[in-house]
Amino acid sequence: MSEQVEHLIRKEYAAGFHTAIDTDTLPPGLNEEVVRFISAKKNEPEWLLEWRLQAFRAWQEMEEPEWAHVDYPKVDYQAISYFSSPKSMEDKPKSLDEVDPKLLETYEKLGIPLHEQEMLAGVAMDVVFDSVSVVTTFREKLEEAGVLFCSISEAVEKYPELVKQHLGSVVPQKDNYFAALNSAVFSDGSFVYIPKGVRCPMELSTYFRINEQNTGQFERTLIVAEEGAYVSYLEGCTAPMRDENQLHAAVVELVAKDNAEIKYSTVQNWYPGDENGKGGIYNFVTKRGVCHTRAKISWTQVETGSAVTWKYPSCVLRGDHSVGEFYSVALTNNYQQADTGTKMIHIGKNTRSTIISKGISAGKSQNCYRGLVRMNPGAEGARNYTQCDSLLIGDRCGAHTFPYIESKNPSAVIEHEATTSKVSDDQMFLCQQRGLDAEKAVSMIVNGFCREVFKELPMEFAVEAGKLLEVSLEGSVG
Amino acid sequence: MLSINNLCASVEDKDILKGLSLDIKPGEVHAIMGPNGAGKSTLGSVLAGREAFSVTDGSVAFADKDLLELDVEERAREGLFLAFQYPVEIPGVSNMEFLKASVDAVRKHQGKPELSSVEFMKLARETSKKVKLDQAFLKRGVNEGFSGGEKKRNEILQMMLLEPKLCILDETDSGLDIDALQTVADGVNAMRSAERSFIVVTHYQRLLDYIVPDFVHVLADGKIVKSGDKSLAKELEAKGYSWLEGEVA
Ligand SMILES: Nc1ncnc2c1ncn2[C@@H]1O[C@H](COP(=O)(O)OP(=O)(O)OP(=O)(O)O)[C@@H](O)[C@H]1O
Ligand SMILES: [Mg+2]
Repeated sequence: MSEQVEHLIRKEYAAGFHTAIDTDTLPPGLNEEVVRFISAKKNEPEWLLEWRLQAFRAWQEMEEPEWAHVDYPKVDYQAISYFSSPKSMEDKPKSLDEVDPKLLETYEKLGIPLHEQEMLAGVAMDVVFDSVSVVTTFREKLEEAGVLFCSISEAVEKYPELVKQHLGSVVPQKDNYFAALNSAVFSDGSFVYIPKGVRCPMELSTYFRINEQNTGQFERTLIVAEEGAYVSYLEGCTAPMRDENQLHAAVVELVAKDNAEIKYSTVQNWYPGDENGKGGIYNFVTKRGVCHTRAKISWTQVETGSAVTWKYPSCVLRGDHSVGEFYSVALTNNYQQADTGTKMIHIGKNTRSTIISKGISAGKSQNCYRGLVRMNPGAEGARNYTQCDSLLIGDRCGAHTFPYIESKNPSAVIEHEATTSKVSDDQMFLCQQRGLDAEKAVSMIVNGFCREVFKELPMEFAVEAGKLLEVSLEGSVG
Repeated sequence: MLSINNLCASVEDKDILKGLSLDIKPGEVHAIMGPNGAGKSTLGSVLAGREAFSVTDGSVAFADKDLLELDVEERAREGLFLAFQYPVEIPGVSNMEFLKASVDAVRKHQGKPELSSVEFMKLARETSKKVKLDQAFLKRGVNEGFSGGEKKRNEILQMMLLEPKLCILDETDSGLDIDALQTVADGVNAMRSAERSFIVVTHYQRLLDYIVPDFVHVLADGKIVKSGDKSLAKELEAKGYSWLEGEVA
């Protein structure tokens, strides 16, 4: 685009600090012993160790997928450490007072209000630091409502039956390469259980943080909403700036029983690498939810970080009249690459899905939407609406759209709309003629472009997401 | 206020302005008329600092500053306002949000305190009433789906909120119905003051019945070829531009 947009202003990644904490880190490498070590470290029952080993053996037979529109040097899985825990976590803290103050400082730097008194009213939070869940706040209030919200390790200890019943029920161990890897070595993550008919009294939230060098993060999240239950869950992610690439391969499983509703929002700001494409997180994530009769799952994601993103939050609309939604903003700048989208699998009758995807590319980045809408033979009267908009900033970036449609039921209706636009010189001139500088102008235009998605986020996070876009766009104009 | 001296400008290697001079004192209203393609909008764009246009010769002083040295947004903050002939849409950005950001930026530069959201909303609502723009327009995207006339009134709304020193209105009257024309003229007249100047680009003498100019200029082929008082507009209406051809050459 115009010259003014070529001129770059640099701003450092605000979450890019590293906290000096004594850690217990496994040496790099992956074999059965490592899987056993992780399992033992967590005092896991035999069935879970077996489950992990099955996944590990399957993973060894699998090939890393190459179909995505991303290009990165091969990951050396033997050069990564698969477990890292802050030393002070060895005897688990019972309350906030017992948590290492340095850890708390980290979260404060990140702007996460961990102390209950500082917390946004009504947000309960689980925090995963490298591989270990640090503390879960607001637990008592949740327990009163019968809501279980804790780390997955704790859930394995305390609610083994619930975990055993649902773990892998949505994303099987062998689902794909990264899911298999995660199943073998997942270290921690969050567990949420909402009993029948309960509306979770507050937003639940998890912050993930990769701190140690050369460690991968493999968290596993499982959310089960029983019949008629409701929960809104938000995850946020950051990592320090590092020259090396770091791997993040998470799995999220959602189960929405009859008439239940799960709203899952993500604000992903992993370190994207520097302006020359050095460093940054590889974000290879499998997220999927199953909807039973009249259940609803909404995925809302704001993806601004990571060097490479490979992520397709999906809905299996198994029950009749169930609803799946996917609202996505994916922003790439500099050398970032994103291949993201969703899968809507319509199995039940009269199932409905909506996909709104907003891709923004700046710098030399590549941004790709990849989405599948499948109407199975039994999906009588099913409907899908897909809208895919791409916005380009400058002329060295790319936007790509790969919509896959498979309809095996003639009564199903699928609508697809796609647009590609540029931040126009006319728009920039209008904004600047009204006194706004170029950066403000671009961030405003981009925020406007994303509005349909932002309005799906909980209020306070919508504001945060808007600011995040502004920061992520710095350097794209000037 | 504004002193343009021998201004020459081109776009895509095509010379458009070819030695244009014009002097505007505080409080004055100058009307600029002239045939299509003469360079009237170009003059507005060049004064506002649009990047695609390059100044090849001449100088422009604006309130004791070298205007051509300033960036687009600096000129705006210094009090230069351009009401566009064809206002663009910015989808999804609410008009209110846009107006607030704009007013904040300009006030900050001028050392005035920032208006709180509440104060600003009140001001915006009152002002939108003056230009007969329903409040619903404040919530809609900037110019998004506005009719031609609504877009023009939205420009006047912005002008009133920003309180510029120099207002350039580029064919703000075209596409307006008779009532809207009156509304826009009332808006402009209410803003006339001893410190504020206007350049009003128009094709129709009718607007000048409402906004009575101190001077009327004819811009043809990139130059001011004739200047006079408001009676010149009447003469042009009657005779067209062809009788001026000798002066164009
Ligand atoms: N971006 C551009 N690229 C190429 N030519 C341009 C550009 N902008 C303006 N021009 C040309 O410059 C000349 C002057 O245009 P301008 O818009 O200033 O005329 P105008 O006097 O405002 O006309 P009108 O009365 O029709 O609005 C025209 O010939 C036009 O085609
Ligand atoms: Mg014009």
